Amino acid sequence: MSDEGTLTHAAGPGEGPVTMLATPIRIDYEFTAGLAQSRFLKGISEGRFLGQRCPKCQKVYVPPRGSCPTDGVPTTDEVVLGNTGIVTTYCVVNVPFQGQAIEIPYICAQILLDRANIAFMGLIQEVPTDEIRMGMRVEAVWVDKKDLAPSMASVKYFRPSGEPDAAYETFSEYL
Amino acid sequence: MAPRRPVAVVSFAQSHSVRREEEHNDVEMLQPVIVDVFQKVGLTKDDMGFVCSGSCDYLVGAPFSFVAALDAVGAWPPMRESHVEMDGAFALYEAWTQLQEDDIDTALVYSFGRSSMSELGRVLTLQLDPYYLAPLWPDPVALAALQAQALIDTGRYGEADFAAVASRSRRQARSNPHAQVTGDHSVEELMADDYVVAPLRRHTLPPITDGATAVILAAGDRARELCERPAWITGMDHRIETHALGARDLTTSSTTRQAAAAAGLLDGEGEGAAVEVAELHAPFAHQELILRDALGLADTVAVNPSGGALAANGVMVAGLVRIGEAASRIMDGTATTALAHATSGPCLQQNLVCALAAEPAGAGRG
Repeated sequence: MSDEGTLTHAAGPGEGPVTMLATPIRIDYEFTAGLAQSRFLKGISEGRFLGQRCPKCQKVYVPPRGSCPTDGVPTTDEVVLGNTGIVTTYCVVNVPFQGQAIEIPYICAQILLDRANIAFMGLIQEVPTDEIRMGMRVEAVWVDKKDLAPSMASVKYFRPSGEPDAAYETFSEYL
Repeated sequence: MAPRRPVAVVSFAQSHSVRREEEHNDVEMLQPVIVDVFQKVGLTKDDMGFVCSGSCDYLVGAPFSFVAALDAVGAWPPMRESHVEMDGAFALYEAWTQLQEDDIDTALVYSFGRSSMSELGRVLTLQLDPYYLAPLWPDPVALAALQAQALIDTGRYGEADFAAVASRSRRQARSNPHAQVTGDHSVEELMADDYVVAPLRRHTLPPITDGATAVILAAGDRARELCERPAWITGMDHRIETHALGARDLTTSSTTRQAAAAAGLLDGEGEGAAVEVAELHAPFAHQELILRDALGLADTVAVNPSGGALAANGVMVAGLVRIGEAASRIMDGTATTALAHATSGPCLQQNLVCALAAEPAGAGRG
């Protein structure tokens, strides 16, 4: 895209009124992850999930944002979470869209890691789309150790862990 | 307007003002300020009748960034909460208006701004009219330079007057632990600075600042319980001028004057009321001169004892800090009357004026 705006004239330039004006805008930003998310991303680059616990309500947030959104107090205690969790809810993506990186159909799920009190979104693989279900136990599959980086791309996807499904009551609070 | 119900600033907190906050995200930058403002009066968010914030998504390049920032307060159980995409001073105005109703007694007002994440000059250009001005990308310094030149052309002030404002601001900022730009420089020294955009030399520009601030307002007896010397808001108003810069007289500030009159800060002859302290949000040195004239301030008024926006200019923050600083002079007993001013938009387009006193409006007056 050109940096200059373009003018569209009703007739040729200099004749008739301007009917359209395009003014392209581009601004670049340098993002600051913050202390809590930096810790989380460092954990990811070491192949593990790090959460933080609220000292007041004891809930564990992952990824942590440094504050309990319920109590508004700093979450200072770090919690190392395991590699397994529960599919609380999911969606099978059948619709192609621009920039799609994964072959359809695929499963996008909310995953509640064990000991965590908030679910996050993840990709589910190695299971037929008609077998995915709420309560399914899953485990994270990581990229090769040499490819680990401070990015969620280090988690390739989640897959069934083979454990029995979790009871609905154990995750109903997180839907 | 004048308040129907006495409302006061009872607590004020601010972060350090820094050129670039590298470690903390918005929530982590804001949270210690929220903790501090509550601790000063022994309250928690559960005591707040209303919460209002001011911030700008364009600064961080993220939509609804103010919603994420609520994590610093904690929004459960559900609270009465609002946000303005403006300086926190305008959020305070909304909270003050809410407090005029009788069903709440307290309000938390906060604002935060990280100007370092992008090119601030380009970001602020996007607030201009999108057809005639924004496509030309005139940054705030260029627009302020046009204003400064117009002011020089009136014959009222010259470049040395701008330098005198900067010299005094930096000197006063030395006693402000939150200031970013401080120093002891004579007018002659400052006049040796290069032009950034003529006639504006380096010292006439505000610093680029990351920071956060918070204020607690309380009404009536609640304010007296919480604070030994509440800073009562005796009047407050804000007015806006046209977005068309060419249609404005940039050398005066008509809306500051209108807001001051409505806030009870001009007497019958149009002279400025006798306040002891004035905290003026003048991001550029020459704008302080325009504001002083608009407000009719006497030479005896202590202007910007904090150092003002030339010492720290957190976008979305500096206006609310002016109210907090002016209120602090009353709360700490160094003044009995003060005024605070906040601005928004290019070349002082929108202006808010807040009158503060050690006694509520009506008390001890004829």
